[in-house]
Amino acid sequence: MERVAENLNRALHAAFAADPDLFLLGEDVADPYGGAFKITKGLSSGYPDRVLSTPISEQSLVGVANGLALSGGRAIVEIMFGDFATLAFDQIVNFAAKSVAMYGRRVEVPVIVRCPTGGRRGYGPTHSQSLQKHFIGVPHLSVHEISPFHDSTALLAGLLADGEPAVLFEDKVLYTQPMYEPGTDGPFVADFPFGAGGPARLRASDGDDVADCVIIAPGGVARRALAAAGTLFAEHEITCEVIVPTRLYPFDVEPLLPALAGAEVVCLVEDCAAGGTWGTEVAARVYQRLWGRLRRPVVLCSAEAEVIPTAAHLEQTVLPQASDIHRAIWEALHA
Amino acid sequence: MKAGTAISVAGIDAGIDVDDLSSLLMIRHFEQSVLDLFARGLLSGTTHTCLGQEYVPVALGPLLAPDDFVFSNHRGHGHYLARFDDPEGLLAEMTGREGAVCSGVGGSQHIFRGTYLSTGVQGESLPVAVGTALWFQRTGLPGIAVAYIGDGTWGEGAVYEALNLAALWRLPLLVVVENNGIAQTTPTARAMAGDIAGRAAAFGIAHVSVTGSDVAAIRARLAPVVERTRAGGGPVVVEFATHRLGPHSKGDDTRSAAEVAAEREHDWHDAYRRLDPDLFAKVEDEQRTRIAEAVDRVLARPASVWERG
Repeated sequence: MERVAENLNRALHAAFAADPDLFLLGEDVADPYGGAFKITKGLSSGYPDRVLSTPISEQSLVGVANGLALSGGRAIVEIMFGDFATLAFDQIVNFAAKSVAMYGRRVEVPVIVRCPTGGRRGYGPTHSQSLQKHFIGVPHLSVHEISPFHDSTALLAGLLADGEPAVLFEDKVLYTQPMYEPGTDGPFVADFPFGAGGPARLRASDGDDVADCVIIAPGGVARRALAAAGTLFAEHEITCEVIVPTRLYPFDVEPLLPALAGAEVVCLVEDCAAGGTWGTEVAARVYQRLWGRLRRPVVLCSAEAEVIPTAAHLEQTVLPQASDIHRAIWEALHA
Repeated sequence: MKAGTAISVAGIDAGIDVDDLSSLLMIRHFEQSVLDLFARGLLSGTTHTCLGQEYVPVALGPLLAPDDFVFSNHRGHGHYLARFDDPEGLLAEMTGREGAVCSGVGGSQHIFRGTYLSTGVQGESLPVAVGTALWFQRTGLPGIAVAYIGDGTWGEGAVYEALNLAALWRLPLLVVVENNGIAQTTPTARAMAGDIAGRAAAFGIAHVSVTGSDVAAIRARLAPVVERTRAGGGPVVVEFATHRLGPHSKGDDTRSAAEVAAEREHDWHDAYRRLDPDLFAKVEDEQRTRIAEAVDRVLARPASVWERG
């Protein structure tokens, strides 16, 4: 059984084997350490000229990646904790994304900024955040998240081929979990009705075609959503299907509309602090397309608009738990 | 050249090269036309002229190869014009007319052509320049990265991150500092503790200071400096003590008339004119006419079209 971290590591090795012009920069990414979360393990041994451990200089790491991209190369930057992507905001927003269009013609900037993200490891307020929302809505910058249902080899290859900069969020707890195989997620079975690389759809193997509830949950929260789906069915016979996208922005809501229109409840789950989030962005698009057809308001399960405490019992009160998702859907159905 | 090196040229002793003088005066008249067009309401937005600093990119021009990656900044008209001799393309960019080098999307301070790129955010280009220098080094190409920055740019942390990387990795990076003694309205003395030479020394980076504006003499003295970096000698900071004769942008000069007059004492324009008044007048007439005609042609063109990629 392959863990998500191993899958991502394998994806990076595949990317380097396929592309002699690919670079990776980050703090402590070189062997034998292989990065704070071991995602780059083995890479610097295989590609010592192109996998570079750097000083603690997030702004410059992304800047160097941008320069490599302008020169005709491609680059992946590992931000040790996604929280620190704030230090590189100018290079991501004002240089990488702007350069695609602001010179009057399309300029390719194939740069991936990888951000280990999320809490549940007790790292506290500045090492546990999910900052996806701060990168939503920047023209020519796409936002993605790894998932246990998607092979990262295809994901990385797609992002590098896209020619525009991308921020890739990687849930730190997800790293330790197994990649999906039939049986890893209880009764839930994944399929890809929206195309390879599109969102995964998870439904109970013996479930109906039309679910009572559609939950859209990116990789980091997907298994909490599945846990809620499990208890909602076990306790209340409420059926849920869980949609797990890897591309968060721009988000294509069109292929999901038939399922969303037929559901009693549409629920969005995210670890971002509430307020101006990916969830509100998707909800706005759902409202635009399905106003008058939705049965009830979209249910948003975001983190509380609060700092993320270090102590586990306090952190649980801020980040959405499976029980919170369960309760929110139950309450929406019984409001 | 580990420690600081000083290059001081007084007056214009190396003689006049007509091509250099043409470039200098072309940029001078371009910048004066820019301010004139603003005053007449024919240009909008913002701009930052390099009046007084034209000699810096003119002196460096022939030392750079076509594939060297040059990074400019908000005050970049001279850098562009010295490299491409293309006043019409730049003016069309600034006025949003057909023939604009970036379709009118970028404007005065966001230009990308070949291996020349300018951005409007202070210090942003240096880490990017380090990336292009890394590319040159790792691919074995002979190019260097050149980044023009000002004295005020040294307030940005990105500068130090980039210098650190460039020194650590011994990259072919030439940092050209146009120290004009003032950042928008703030005198350097009120924004910079210590000095640029000391900051370069802290990274073990060679520092060359240049005073005077004799283009040929500066070029001759800088040629080995540039070649050293190109040959793998590591990054270098070349600091020009230069003089901003115009406002930061348009009509926002807070300096007194006496202070500006003192800056004008250093203007290369008068020094070159004194050396050969007849030749100077002839070349100045040519360039004045060239720019005036370019302005007329560009302003007669239709609006630029942005074909989105």
